[in-house]
Amino acid sequence: MTKTATKDVLVIQPSRGWSQLELGELWRYREMLWYLTSREVKGRYRQMALGPLWIVLKPLLDMVVFSAVFGGLARLPSEGVPYPLFTFSAIIPWTYFFTAASNSSNSLVQRLTIISKVYFPRLVVPFSAAVAPLVDLAASFVILLGLIVFYGVALTPAILMLPFYALLAFLTAFAIGLWSATLAVRFRDVNYAVTYALRMGMYATPVAYSATLVPERWELLYKMNPMFWVVEGFRWALLGIGHGPEPLMLVPVAGVLVLLVSGAYVFRRLETNIVDLI
Amino acid sequence: MSTALQVEALSKRYRIGAKERHDWTLRDFVVRVASSPFTYLQQTLRTPSEEETLWALRDVSFEVEEGQAVGLVGANGAGKSTLLKIISRITEPTEGRAVLHGRVASLLEIGTGFHPELTGRENIFLNGAILGMRKHEITRKFDEIVEFSGVGRFLDTPVKRYSSGMFVRLAFAVAAHLEPDILLIDEVLAVGDAEFRKKCLGKMSRVAKSGCTVLFVSHNMAAVQDLCATSLWIDHGKLQAIGPSEDVISSYLKSLDSYGGDAVYRSAAAADKAFQVREVNLVDPEGEASQAFRCDDEVRVELLCDVREPVPGLFGEFEIRRRDGSTVLVSDSFDTPPNALAGLTEGRCRLRITLPARSLAPGEYQVWLSFSRTVGVQGEVRVVDEPGAVAYFRLSDHTSHRGNRRAGFFSTMLRWEAEPVEKA
Repeated sequence: MTKTATKDVLVIQPSRGWSQLELGELWRYREMLWYLTSREVKGRYRQMALGPLWIVLKPLLDMVVFSAVFGGLARLPSEGVPYPLFTFSAIIPWTYFFTAASNSSNSLVQRLTIISKVYFPRLVVPFSAAVAPLVDLAASFVILLGLIVFYGVALTPAILMLPFYALLAFLTAFAIGLWSATLAVRFRDVNYAVTYALRMGMYATPVAYSATLVPERWELLYKMNPMFWVVEGFRWALLGIGHGPEPLMLVPVAGVLVLLVSGAYVFRRLETNIVDLI
Repeated sequence: MSTALQVEALSKRYRIGAKERHDWTLRDFVVRVASSPFTYLQQTLRTPSEEETLWALRDVSFEVEEGQAVGLVGANGAGKSTLLKIISRITEPTEGRAVLHGRVASLLEIGTGFHPELTGRENIFLNGAILGMRKHEITRKFDEIVEFSGVGRFLDTPVKRYSSGMFVRLAFAVAAHLEPDILLIDEVLAVGDAEFRKKCLGKMSRVAKSGCTVLFVSHNMAAVQDLCATSLWIDHGKLQAIGPSEDVISSYLKSLDSYGGDAVYRSAAAADKAFQVREVNLVDPEGEASQAFRCDDEVRVELLCDVREPVPGLFGEFEIRRRDGSTVLVSDSFDTPPNALAGLTEGRCRLRITLPARSLAPGEYQVWLSFSRTVGVQGEVRVVDEPGAVAYFRLSDHTSHRGNRRAGFFSTMLRWEAEPVEKA
């Protein structure tokens, strides 16, 4: 191997103040990002008897339970769509969001061994944890398409908006993950709180029930939840019901972006000494 | 020759816990629990006071030329690993700076980033990526890595089914083929068989000769001396000496010999134990406490015990273990019949266990202790006091020809005899 005459010079010194995001460095480590993500996906399903079936089994069971309880027993309205289809189209993005956000929150503490032995931009860790469940989302989506065909719902060009909603779900999960992963390094109980809050979040999002049930005076607050727009967006794009893009959604979207950027800075600020704190 | 690594006044401060208060009344307990979130916040967020801090590194400066192999020696907790961690960017220094020229690869623990469920092949790529290798580099080096590791037949087997030897070989092979400009290695050769260790050392010295700068931490002085012309000795976070390995290592070993004074193990009195080990000392034949012995000397483990009430059927177990936890030697108090512990009377007693000279090979060892008693007709064994790992000591061989390079488990000198035989 011929060594280049000019070598990279690296200066290691205590960082002062708010460090730069250094996204360029993240780009240089993109291959590692890829391997870490694929390792997460492969490692998870390799030794399961039912293999990838598990990915779709959980949302399917959720669908059965929600349809039976909310559709069958409580006879809640489902905006003219069969209840299983109505709820499954929301369970999928919600399950992704929940998994991505909680995995991402736990990621730093979980990856302690590797973090304390090798250097790489630590941002890779919560990022890959939030990306990996996208594979689950894709798998469940295939099932959803099957359900749509089964119930004979006609698809419209609105379906092209789906990637945008998936991206919004990812950004929301990643933003939450960044903040709580950073905080969890110092205060281990943060993760319990986050997991609990996320679980409660499902009731603040129209997953199991229809958004039409929400009283009008609460509607504005209700719509500040970015996941409201993701879940409703999925219904809108696939089934032609729910809420499509509206100017109001820019408020929670902006909120997510603020959370994301600030989270990234806080994360960067702390990452150099994560090892000492854990 | 140009500088590859420049370390200037590097310091690292750690916060250590403040002394625990013992106010265990219920009221205090309730107050503490109620206020704990706040005290916790207060404790973690303010700057630590002087007695709560530990300078793992203090004002360390040195320079390493390109292509030099430098050994890093020092006792456990002296700051060697902290230094490597800073240079490999795992943690940040508190003060000072380090300037690195070129790509750095660190091997602080073998097999980091291996995923047990993935196959050997997948792990080569994963681990390479984690260590900073590009995919095309790994592909180019793939066959060489597989060949060096010798796990070719098991490439598509998940690494969790690998033996620990195979695991280490594969991990080292990946790291050794990184071709970094600066390679940091921390005690990774403690595992693996002797033959592979030799192969690794060979590879490392070839790497060093090809212009790569190597920083090598090891407790194996022979390996440091073989690989590195220059060595650094760090003691209590400070740079003690830098220079030719032979000189640095010998002054380091000399400093170990003068260790001593306090007992190596002490326990607080526990009234519920009928028999309890209160103090352990390692003593040389002159009666001096030490933790570094020569193979030519007996090592005496002296225990001070409290016998609060006679314990019928009491016996002791003594083990010597290696750093990797493997047991080298087991002895119990029945070895010297009659078992001296069975008839102990109330009061304080001194127990002495002697390891004969020229028994164990040079190296580092751990002393492990446990005391039990047999009860009932079935002879059921119940633990009375189990101090566990109480002491560490080092054996070195300065007198025999082979000296510290003697591999294997024993330092026993065998008799070699030769005599001419007349042809019939």
